[in-house]
Amino acid sequence: MIEQIQQPWPWYVAGILIGLIVPALLILGNKTFGISSNLRHVCAACFPADIKFFKYDWKKEIWNFFFVGGIFLGAFLANQYLMTTASIIVDPALQSELAQYGITNFNYMLPPELFSFEALITVRGFIMMVVGGFLVGFGTRYAGGCTSGHAIMGLSNLQWPSLVATICFMAGGFLMANIILPWILSL
Amino acid sequence: MNNERVQNIDSNTACVNASEQQHPGWYNLKYTLVGIIFGIVFVKAEIISWFRIQEMFRLQSFHMFGVIGTAVIVGAISVFLIKKFNVKTIHGEEIKIADKTFNKGQIYGGLLFGFGWALTGACPGPLFAHIGAGFYAILVVILSAIAGTWTYGYFKEKLPH
Repeated sequence: MIEQIQQPWPWYVAGILIGLIVPALLILGNKTFGISSNLRHVCAACFPADIKFFKYDWKKEIWNFFFVGGIFLGAFLANQYLMTTASIIVDPALQSELAQYGITNFNYMLPPELFSFEALITVRGFIMMVVGGFLVGFGTRYAGGCTSGHAIMGLSNLQWPSLVATICFMAGGFLMANIILPWILSL
Repeated sequence: MNNERVQNIDSNTACVNASEQQHPGWYNLKYTLVGIIFGIVFVKAEIISWFRIQEMFRLQSFHMFGVIGTAVIVGAISVFLIKKFNVKTIHGEEIKIADKTFNKGQIYGGLLFGFGWALTGACPGPLFAHIGAGFYAILVVILSAIAGTWTYGYFKEKLPH
């Protein structure tokens, strides 16, 4: 059992557990699953700057900070106690593509060549971390949700606007990963 | 843009706190517990891996499609059962889920988030898991995402919706 838990978990185990978050939050307190809202609540709590979009009672949404705190703790526990030292198995085609750009370290969840404090002062590292992060924050709020709020919660509730959003998430991702990213990685 | 429309978008984006009940603050720890399970799954199923996201967008692996697809199916069955049997919350409240209203932001914002997702290899949930798993540099990404959210709030009225 312990050995199985230490191996990477298959997609169906992860999918079932994530899917069950939807009824868990509803039944525990009428909460709808959605994580990117937290970024808005941080703005509302810390830098509202008299902007209408950030003038609301963020304290009512404090449950979501507790939820995200749990994500942080869970990731910490998994990383400390449930991991094997095996490196991430990466598709050979992706490995050879990334090797062209000098990305050869597959030992971690994130390539240190792109995501580290050292990488931050390189052009491509700056684009990946700072521009990428900005687009995640700007885009999710503009779209009114992220993978959890639209793709999982919205689709689970058969909301067609969430289907539009999810298709656009995927379209943007495909375009970036296949067309624009190779150019950024070559910088 | 008329006021009613703005309100629609607002109720669509956040501030959806369907519960009318008041509870002591520590009650919120039940959400922390759910979050802990989520965080463990994020790490153990390598959902927080930049490589897994790149494989997804290059159609090199079924893994992420399987995760999201299964989650949607399980979530949809759950919502269906909750509605069909009129399941109440543990505090006896009726469960309400707000409908999403369409606006063009779902297209423009969706595409922009897609760009960011493929760059960072993370949607907002995994970003918080990265910090827990010891990738402290990702704090920069989170701060930048907060800046992006703030910038959206600042320009909201001028953007096409």
